[in-house]
Amino acid sequence: MSEKKTNRRDFLFTATYAVGAVGVGATIWPMIDQMNPDASVKALASTEVDISSVNPGKTITVLWRGKPVFIRRRTQEEISEAKSVKLEDLKHPERDEDRAANPEWLVMLGVCTHLGCVPLDQKGDYNGWFCPCHGSHYDTSGRIRKGPAPTNMEIPKYEFVNANTIKIG
Amino acid sequence: MSEHDYTPKSKFGKWFNDRLPLLTLANHLTDYPTPKNLNYWWTFGGILTFCLITQIVTGLVLAMHYIAHADMAFDSVEHIMRDVNYGWLIRYIHANGASMFFLAVYIHIFRSLFYGSYKAPREIIWIIGIIIYLLMMAAAFMGYVLPWGQMSFWGATVITNLFSAIPLVGEGIVTWLWGGYSVDNPTLTRFFTLHYLIPFLILGLVVLHIWALHVPGNNNPVGIDIKKPSKDTVPFHPYIVIKDGFALLMFMIVFAFFVFYTPNILGHADNYIEADPLVTPAHIVPEWYLLPFYAILRSVPDKLLGVVAMLSAIFILAALPWLDTSKIRSAVFRPLYRQFYWILVADVLILGYVGAMPAEGLYLLIARVATAYYFLHFLVILPILGYKEKTLPIPLSITEPVLGGSPNLAAARNTESFNK
Repeated sequence: MSEKKTNRRDFLFTATYAVGAVGVGATIWPMIDQMNPDASVKALASTEVDISSVNPGKTITVLWRGKPVFIRRRTQEEISEAKSVKLEDLKHPERDEDRAANPEWLVMLGVCTHLGCVPLDQKGDYNGWFCPCHGSHYDTSGRIRKGPAPTNMEIPKYEFVNANTIKIG
Repeated sequence: MSEHDYTPKSKFGKWFNDRLPLLTLANHLTDYPTPKNLNYWWTFGGILTFCLITQIVTGLVLAMHYIAHADMAFDSVEHIMRDVNYGWLIRYIHANGASMFFLAVYIHIFRSLFYGSYKAPREIIWIIGIIIYLLMMAAAFMGYVLPWGQMSFWGATVITNLFSAIPLVGEGIVTWLWGGYSVDNPTLTRFFTLHYLIPFLILGLVVLHIWALHVPGNNNPVGIDIKKPSKDTVPFHPYIVIKDGFALLMFMIVFAFFVFYTPNILGHADNYIEADPLVTPAHIVPEWYLLPFYAILRSVPDKLLGVVAMLSAIFILAALPWLDTSKIRSAVFRPLYRQFYWILVADVLILGYVGAMPAEGLYLLIARVATAYYFLHFLVILPILGYKEKTLPIPLSITEPVLGGSPNLAAARNTESFNK
């Protein structure tokens, strides 16, 4: 067999493998992507909540995208406590102003950033939330202060439609 | 080996066997030469096969009545318990069967650890076994999600969230696993599908496990290579069949005790409350067989490192044939390893205990020490021990220590007492 002929074979093999790999990839992708959130799940992207009946010091929990959202009307003490914390004392430094644009209302995902349990209201060492699963303590701004959770509880996208209604998502 | 000379007696048998040598296979399995000193710790392979078949058969029946939908799953399980003929029995066998399966597999694994069954030339058998064990954990976890109770839901949430510890792609992977933004109906239906699939994958791997076993043959309590067939072996049938059968009967008594007298003792009361995405149970605990790994997860204060430690604790087992540097297989002839072995057993039991307790105070401290020791055993003690340990002289054959005149008579008696 001449050397030139071998090279031609090699090229054909490589080209065949390459086209084959693209074909296999293109066939596998729909099988993988079908597991991602479908159109009906994505359609439930936003929810409106009436907050007129929430008094200061109370929290309501609503379901958004299958996850609990805490809407807490904070007391003055809680707000000042959240604002007085120095940023260098925080594991995940975020200012309270950036978490609650309207300081009276704290709207956040009620999901512990450790492994996804729902933390308990008004518990823990920082008067905020406490996760019973693996012992994470959050402050009155929902920021992680102690325990295994890596970050603060997430603030979803939301807006005040009017004084009594919040739209989440 | 003898099966190569095998010819079926009947004319039809010969005709068939020439076309598909099933009878040759059957003959190999019956005549398969087995070390004659196998003790009862060796009967758990057969027991595990029984467990797998029990789970497949009862699971198949349950799937005829179960409805994999977030709105109906919980009620359909109650329907099985109350309305379906013998539904309670079938479900209790399936649920407790999972625990019995793990009980047997842990004994099977620790038998391998004691007698060095993972060492050359049996590394592939061992690694296939570890893969089976991993699949068993996946199947058990997904099966526990199906009744859609509180523990199902929150166990699924916690375990799937483990993947969110992966940097950058973690959140995307979790959303992909869920098929949504939380554990919900899409999660349930795919878990049901995979829960149905995995036992058959395990069945295939069991065939490979046994095939790989039949190449070198069984290890034995003395841990030496034996000629086969020879004076040191007996044919699988009837000797091992009868012994395995007797052990299986004993095992089934324990099994039946759980099914008929305490069917819920190994479960959690919270799982008889329907899943509620707004309320997390006060104390989330996995099933008992996952507790040691759960303790390792919780003993590390960092999320990513905790997950890494937990997975390493399992995968480190796959590297065991190379971490254990000792040429001697059986712990009977390794006086130091024997002690470290029992410390490891105690360590794993302690991890299991603290895994069930709240992760705080003294429990957390104990969990951390036990986690550190677990890794120390595999990564430091075993590699060094192979070089430092003064092992006892091993006998030349299985028969030698039994017939006396051997310097290892005392050691052989030790094996005996361990067996009892």
